[in-house]
Formats: sequence, C-alpha cells, structure tokens
Amino acid sequence: MDNLDQIVSEAQSAFAAISDPDALEQVKARFLGKSGQITELLKGLGKLPPEEKKTAGAAINVAKTAVEAALNERREAIRKAALEARLAEEALDVTLPGRAEARGGLHPVTRTLERIEALFRSIGFEVADGPEIEEDFFNFTAMNTPEDHPARSMHDTFYLQNPDGTVAENVLLRTHTSPIQARYMKAHVERYGQLEKMPEIRIVAPGRVYRVDSDATHSPMFNQVEGLWVGEGVSFADLKGVIADFLKSFFETDDLVVRFRPSFFPFTEPSAEIDVAFMSGALKGRWLEIAGCGMVHPDVLRIAGIDPEKYTGFAFGFGQDRLTMLRYGVNDLRLFFEGDLRFLRQFA
Amino acid sequence: MKFSESWLRTLVDTQLSSEELSHLLTMAGLEVEGLEPVAPQFNDVVVAQVLEVVKHPDADRLNVCKVDAGCGEPTTIVCGAPNVAVGLRVPCALPGAKLPGDFTIKIAKVRGIESSGMLCSAKELGIAEEASGLLILPVDAPVGQSIRQYLDLDDNQFELKLTPNRADCLSLTGVAREVAAIAGAQAKLIDVPEVAATIVDQRAVVLDAPVACPLYFGRVLKGVDAKAPTPEWMKRRLERSGIRSISALVDVTNYVMLELGQPLHAFDNTRLEGALHARMAKPDEKLLLLNEQTIAIDADILVIADDAKPLAMAGIMGGEESGITLETSELFLESAFFAPKAIAGRARRYGFGSDASHRFERGVDFGGARRAIERATQLIIDICGGAAGPVTEAKAEMPARKPVRLRTARACAVIGMTFSPEQIAGLFNGLGLSFVREGDDFLVTPPTWRFDIEIEEDLIEEIARLHGYDNIPAPAPRGNLKMMVQPEAQRPAARVRQLLVDRGYQEVVNFAFVEEAWEADFAAKTGEADLIRLANPIASQMAVMRSTLFGGLISNLVTNLKRKQNRVRLFETGRAFERNAAATPVPGFSQSWKLSGLAYGGALPEGWGSASRKVDFFDMKGDLEALLAPAQLRFEKLVHPALHPGRSARVLLDGQEIGCLGELHPEWVQKYDLPQAPVVFELDFDAVKAVQVPLYSEVSKFPPVIRDLAIVVDQDVALHTLLDGLKGQLSSLVQDIQLFDVYVGKGIPENKKSLAFRIVMQDTQRTLQDSEVDAAMQQLVSCFEQAFGAQLRA
Repeated sequence: MDNLDQIVSEAQSAFAAISDPDALEQVKARFLGKSGQITELLKGLGKLPPEEKKTAGAAINVAKTAVEAALNERREAIRKAALEARLAEEALDVTLPGRAEARGGLHPVTRTLERIEALFRSIGFEVADGPEIEEDFFNFTAMNTPEDHPARSMHDTFYLQNPDGTVAENVLLRTHTSPIQARYMKAHVERYGQLEKMPEIRIVAPGRVYRVDSDATHSPMFNQVEGLWVGEGVSFADLKGVIADFLKSFFETDDLVVRFRPSFFPFTEPSAEIDVAFMSGALKGRWLEIAGCGMVHPDVLRIAGIDPEKYTGFAFGFGQDRLTMLRYGVNDLRLFFEGDLRFLRQFA
Repeated sequence: MKFSESWLRTLVDTQLSSEELSHLLTMAGLEVEGLEPVAPQFNDVVVAQVLEVVKHPDADRLNVCKVDAGCGEPTTIVCGAPNVAVGLRVPCALPGAKLPGDFTIKIAKVRGIESSGMLCSAKELGIAEEASGLLILPVDAPVGQSIRQYLDLDDNQFELKLTPNRADCLSLTGVAREVAAIAGAQAKLIDVPEVAATIVDQRAVVLDAPVACPLYFGRVLKGVDAKAPTPEWMKRRLERSGIRSISALVDVTNYVMLELGQPLHAFDNTRLEGALHARMAKPDEKLLLLNEQTIAIDADILVIADDAKPLAMAGIMGGEESGITLETSELFLESAFFAPKAIAGRARRYGFGSDASHRFERGVDFGGARRAIERATQLIIDICGGAAGPVTEAKAEMPARKPVRLRTARACAVIGMTFSPEQIAGLFNGLGLSFVREGDDFLVTPPTWRFDIEIEEDLIEEIARLHGYDNIPAPAPRGNLKMMVQPEAQRPAARVRQLLVDRGYQEVVNFAFVEEAWEADFAAKTGEADLIRLANPIASQMAVMRSTLFGGLISNLVTNLKRKQNRVRLFETGRAFERNAAATPVPGFSQSWKLSGLAYGGALPEGWGSASRKVDFFDMKGDLEALLAPAQLRFEKLVHPALHPGRSARVLLDGQEIGCLGELHPEWVQKYDLPQAPVVFELDFDAVKAVQVPLYSEVSKFPPVIRDLAIVVDQDVALHTLLDGLKGQLSSLVQDIQLFDVYVGKGIPENKKSLAFRIVMQDTQRTLQDSEVDAAMQQLVSCFEQAFGAQLRA
C-alpha cells in the first residue's frame, strides 16, 4: 500500500503550503471530501475480497487518521498565527497616560480637622459647632471676662457696625471657640439639668475665629479647636492624660515631649499653656506653643447652670492651623488662605 | 516686663544659672520670652586714660597716643578715632584681647609705628549699634579696671511675658519674691527707712472718690536740681528694663516703679492751687496730657485735681501743664492706690496706654505705697538735692482681703493627685501667704500685692504651680462608656467633601470678610441695611461679612489664572452671613453653612485621549446630581445677580430651594478679566448632608418591557414641565422614563425640538402582555399631545 503513504505525505505537504483557513478547507476536500482520495479508497473497499478487506480497511483508516491529524495541526497553526497577528496589531503604548479624570484634594487644615475629630471621637467626644458672629455675652461674659477685664485686651476683637453707622453693642466676631463651651453647657443643662446625675459633656468644637492681627504668624481669621470635658471627678491630671495621648496620636510618634506651663485665662483655673518639643526633625528640641487649657472656672460652670461642687471639668483650645503647620512642615500661615492650587495640591 | 538679671540678683540670693532661672520662671507661669546678654563676649578690655596725643608722622588721620591702662608703663597705641584727646578715660583693648566679630588684638606696626592695643568705641565692644568715636567714660572710672566689670556687662536682659493676673511681678521686688518662693531662696528686699521732714511745707489731699482712690500719699520737695545728671548705674538699670533715661526726676519715678512696682507721679508744686483732690471728672472738663493729646474727660474717669482744675488722669497719665520740667525746683510727689476697676479700660478707650495704667488696672500693692514715696524721696535728695516736707496721708476704706478657704480634699480632687495638709502648708509659706488651719482646711488671707486670689481654685492653682505642673501625673483618662448617636439620615461633612474631591474639586478656605464690591456684584447687596460691615476692619478689602462664598472662589480663580493654572475646580464650605432679625442663635444675623464650588477651563484635564471641551452648566449639574444622589434634584430657571440669566438655575430638593447653579454673568466675566466664564454653585450645606434612610421595595421577578418614544414639542417647553404634566396620568406599569436624546435641526420644524425617551414598564406580579404595554404607551402619547401639543416624531 505504498499508495497510502504517498497520499498521506501528499496531504501533509499540501496542508503545510497553505496559510489561509478557507483554502485549507478546500484542500481538505481533495483528501477527505465526498470524492477525496481517502474517501474513494474507502468506497473501493467493498469490492475487495473479505480476507483483504480487513487489512486494507485498517491501513486506510490509519492513513485517514494521519491526514486528519495533519489537517487539525494545520488548522491550529493557522488560528494561532491569525491570533498572533491580531494581538500584534492591537498592541498599545501602555506608557501613555491614563484617561482618568483629575482628582481634587482637601485643604490641609481640613485634613487636620478630620484627624482631630476622629481621634477625639475614638474616646467619646462629640463634635459641636457654634456661631461666628457671636454675642458679647457668650464670647466674654459667659467666659468670665466681664467688660473692662484686662484679659479683653488680649483679644483684639472685630466689632460690627449697625446700619446707622454706630458700633453694634452686643455682637462681635468670636475671638475664640470657647463660646461654644458656654452654649453647649447651657443646652446640656436645659436638657438634663433636672436629672439626679447629668450625663458627662465631652465635646470638641472646631471653627474659624477672628482677631485684629495680621503678619507672617498671625492671620485675622484662623482656626481653633475647642475641647471640653465636664463630669464628676474630672481633674487636671485627666487633662494632662488626654492631651498627651492626643498629641502622640496626632503626630503618630512617641518621640515628643509635652509640657504644661502655668498661664492665665479668665475662664479656666488652674490654667496652662501646652508646649510640645520634638526629639527629631527640623524643629528638634524647640518648645512650640500649641494650646491653652485648664480646669473650667467655677464661675463659667455656674453661669451655665452647673454646680461646680458636684461637677468639674477641663477645657482646651488648640491652634488648628499651628498643628497643621507642624504636621506637614508648612512654614507660613498665610499660605492656608491664599487659595494657590500649587500649594493646596500638595495635600491631595 | 524687661529687667536686668544682675539687678534681680541683688534682690534674691540664688545659685541658679541664668538658664536655670529662666526655665524655673517659665515653668512657674512667668514665661521668659527673651534672655539676651547685654553685651557680646570679649575680654581684656580695661579702663585707660589718655596721657598724650601726637599726630602720626605718616598718616593724616591717625594719632599716636600714650595711655595709662594700669599696666605700670604707659602704652603706645595708634588711634584713628576723631574724638581722642588727652585726659579722656576710654576702653582700651590690650594685646591678646578678643573683640566681638572674632577680632583679636595683637602688637602690630601701624604705618611704621608699633601699637600695643586699641582704644574702643561702643560699637566695637558690641554694646551699641552705631558710634561716632571712642566710648568716653566718666572721669572717675578706675584706670585698669575691666570694662566688663566697670560697665556691668556680664549681665543678661530678661523679658517676661506676664499674664494679666500676675501684676505683682511687674516689679523687680515682685519677681524676686516669686523666685524666692519657687527656688526656695532667700529674698533680700531693700530696706527703706523713712525720710525725716526738714521743711514744713505740705499740701492737703482730699479723697472725693474714696472707692476709686482709697489711699494717697503726697509730699512736697523743695530746692531740687532737676538738671542733675542721673547716675550711670540707674541709667543702666532703666535701659536694661527698656526705659529710656529722660531726666533725673523722671528717672527716679520710673526706677522706683520698676523696683517696687508702685507708679509715682511728680507735679510741679508751683503750678498747684489749694488742696489736691482725687475725684471723678466733672462735665466738660478737658485736659492736655503729657503726650500732647487734649482729651475731653469722661465722667467715669478718676482725675487728680487741685481746687481750680484737673491736673492728671489718675493712674494713667499726667497733665502737661502741671508736669515737671528741667526748670522745676519744687515738686509734689504722689504715691497712691487707684482701684483696678476705676482704671481698667480707660486708657484703651482714648487709644493709648502707659506703664502706670498697665499696672493700676491689674492691681498695685497698696501695702507698698508708703515705702515707694520714701524710697523716691531719698533717691531725689541723693541725686538732685533739696529738702522734703512731711508725708501727707489720705486714707479711706482699703480693698478687702477676704480670707479664702482651701479644702485639702478639694485641691487633691481638682488636681488629680494626693497632697497632705503639711505639704500644702509648706507651699503657702514659701509664697508668703498667711493662713489659719481649721483641720484640713486653710483660711488664707491674700497679701496686699496679690489681686488674683479670690476663690479656692486660685489657691489650688498656686499649689499645682508650686508643686510643678510637670510633677502632676498624666494617666489615661477614665470616662463613662456611652455610645454616640450617628444619625444615618445625615452624612458626615467629611463624606460630602470627599465626594467633591473625588470629582476633581480642590478645597479652599477664604476669609469671611470680603470686599464690599463682591457683595454688590455677587449678591446685589449695597445698602447699609443689607451689608454687615465691620466697625474696625483690618483693611478696606476685608470690610464686610460675606453673604455668598462666590467672591472668594472667583478671587481664587483670578489668582490661579495668573499662575498659569488653566483648569480650576474649587470648593469651600463656610458660613455666609445675612442680616435677619428672626435668626437664631444670634438674633439679627443668620449665619448658615454653605457649600460652594467653581469650575473653569476644560471639562476634562487636557490629554491625548479625550476631545478637548470647555466645562459647562451641564457638567456641573451632573456633579451636583451625583453629589446628592440618590435624591432627585429639580432645577428651575433663576435670575441671580451673579449669574447668566439664561444659564442659571435654582436647585430644589423635595420642593425646597437649597441653592443655585449657573454660569457667571458675562458682566462679571468681563469685570474680573476672565478669559472664559466659570460655572459656580452654592448650596445649603445642611441640606446636602441630609439623606434618606433606605426602605426596601419589592424587586420584580418578571422581565421589564422597554419601549422608545420620540416626540416633537415647542422648543421652550422645559423637560421638567413636560414630565410634571404626566404626574397622576400614567399607567402604574411605567417604572421609569429616561430622556436619551434631544435633537434640533434638519427634519424638525423651526422652533421645535425632538425629545427621545426610553420607557421602562414592569409589574411585580406577572409578565406584561403586549396589549397592556401598547395601551400604556398610547396613554403616555395622548398625555403629551393634550398637554403640550406634542406630536410623535415620524
């Protein structure tokens, strides 16, 4: 059956010469089609004597399998070649920039604000808010700073003008976030005052404050965060504990020293300034003033309707801008309020 | 408060170094703001006398001097100073001396003549900024003595930043007392003997306002030489306390004020008529002050007057006419106590302040007024000569020093650590507080110099302060664990900000006070009844409170365009202020939180991958819809002073107006010199934060049927009007109607537009039949036809 071997090798070389899938199917017909050579041989089997039929049939089937294998192999090769060609054609310059939209960013002071709020929330402080055009009473009187108190000269206050040109008597731009304390305590007492035991007050109150002051380190508008904890048995030691914990958490380092230094605020007694010094970095070893704090003055509690014999508390006020400057290494306060995208985008 | 360290050390005996002293003061609440040496380091400079001055043979401007520097032999020094002269005593740097600026003096030839040192100016010694020649020393300066020793240059200037409660430390005596208490050292307060009267002259003093002025000492001095020079040591101490030497009499009053804390005043006795009165001002009184300001004296101002006229604002400033001059030979010296309440705020009201008012409004030690007048008398007689009359004393009821009770247990509770009564007693003794023990309670009588000990907490602060804030523990706090309510129907502000950030907006923070023009342009507020004007603005461009955040954003845009930032997306959250009589919590002013934004430049960042297109109304509208999703916003045409009238909308949420959106008005685009119109929005921040808590509704298991429908309507029919017209008219099968195309142009009649909708119909209980769907569509079409004359598009 030399003829069969010849057909197989003929088919193999015919398939190999073709790279187009349609042409391959046509060539296939020459061997395996209705009148293809293999098909014809199979048809011829019937004429053979039975004893030859078996061996001849087996031989033809071997040849047929070989041709089919050659065909499939070629089909697969052509498909692969086509795929390769398509992939090559579809290739991109993957180094071109993406088509994504631009992303904005938070203001650095807001970043700080969100971190401060989150840290204090984690120990049960709620966030409170208060008006920026504030009544003289809440800004000063309720904060134990009556008219003509020398402490009022510590604040250079912005006042408002009435439509008739006179200076409005009882309103001003708040000079600190402390009036939020007074408002919050008053509301708290209205709500819970009749209870045998009033729930604790634990709040932080961030906000814009205003003072008549403008230079490289002072802005006429700046941001403060007030904090207040009033309850039974709240002490100065607790204040120190909370502040130390906060500063280490905020700056994410144990590599800093916090010191409390006696000071004076009309609305706290005892009062302290808080200084912090970093043990490494650009500001290494320098004491940086960062907040004022103290035990809430009994008169402030009394004005709010809280019995200072039963409840004590502490309050603090951080310079939020200052914390932000220290956290991100910003050296000029004015940059925060200029809206320069080249600056702001650094905090995106 | 500035002072010389060496002066302080004469009043308190301590071995502490300057740095230790500084730290101790700061940690005791007297914050040291400055600690500066009065002179830079240098050595081997001595007092020398010039013996001979000969012109240098080879240099016009140089002299060859022989000086006695106390070394035995006269020394030859070549000197270029113009004021060198025989007999002068001047500083002389000897060979080996190191002067400021790392300048070493050696024996060297100057134009051929050997010079063994240098005669020095004050500038060369680093003790003055400028000098025109040698520093000329007094004729009695001891030749050969170190100049550092002679001029007391190994001294530091301390500067304290005192809090208003610690007026007792506005004097060297006060600071010394404090150092003694905190360092456990011994105070060496000066001994002030009374000066016996040698003349009989006196002047009567009447306390007409005994609450404001309950104590007044006065004394006549005669035959005083006002032109006498102030001694160098006194000048030096004054200068190192930041007070310029003026004349001997003025210097003495200032010196005693610094030393003892008692402000004094000296009148020219010949200008006074009759008795002196401490009284409240009378109507229409005027006074020419020492600062040359003439003031109309308010009725609540305490004055010192004679029988005829007001002489001085008591405790604040003297009058020009009764003041002392260099010609004064007869004076009346005042040392009085003026109550803080009678002085506080008065000087500020007239726009000035003085060392005296600063002290009196905080409280001056009334126990020391007599000492002060005696001390000043003695110094005047020592320096200016003259004779003193007897002291006139007028006294009414002095400020009460009520005993303050301190409970040991309360102190421990407030501070948060344990103190024994014995510990507390020790601390009080150190401070000079006198007390009576009642068990564990202390009844403390505050000393006359302390005006800040009125309640128990004041004493608790003293305990904490003297024990040292550093020595109080800082435990982890303990509190009640109570969960905080986090309302689900309110998004945190941070979430809203983040949504805008994710859509490309950069947050800014702008001042709340703005240019008046911005209020006119962007809010049409011009009248005084509308504007909220600052009474004392820091600058004219920060004169009124903003009622909209637009001005700041547009100003930010202008700034950034100048810096070549061509695509700008900004937002700000902040309060906007408006006059509103009914507002809460501060009547008269509403101050609600706003969220405002601005978009300018390309809709997308410029890039190879997207067609470039300018941002427009609908880009920002999309941003707002995304920001508020899933809530459905409505937009209605709006006329707004800041916005293009055809391209602006009011934004409504559940029928409530929550803000506006639009392109900046072309007039402002031109005025603010913008190459292209920005799109801006402003929303009520609280409304943006509110969200619905979701409520489940059944999801249909049956397939939806989707049909498209195109209609032609008049161009001015707004989409919302069209959809509103369908309300209540539609089959319940219709779940959603989405607009997917708007077309104007070929094939559509003029003034008409084609709108194409995709209608989704579905039932939760069954599959829809074609006939039902057809009926629902027909109903929709006839609604459009009847209400808006719509036609199906062919």
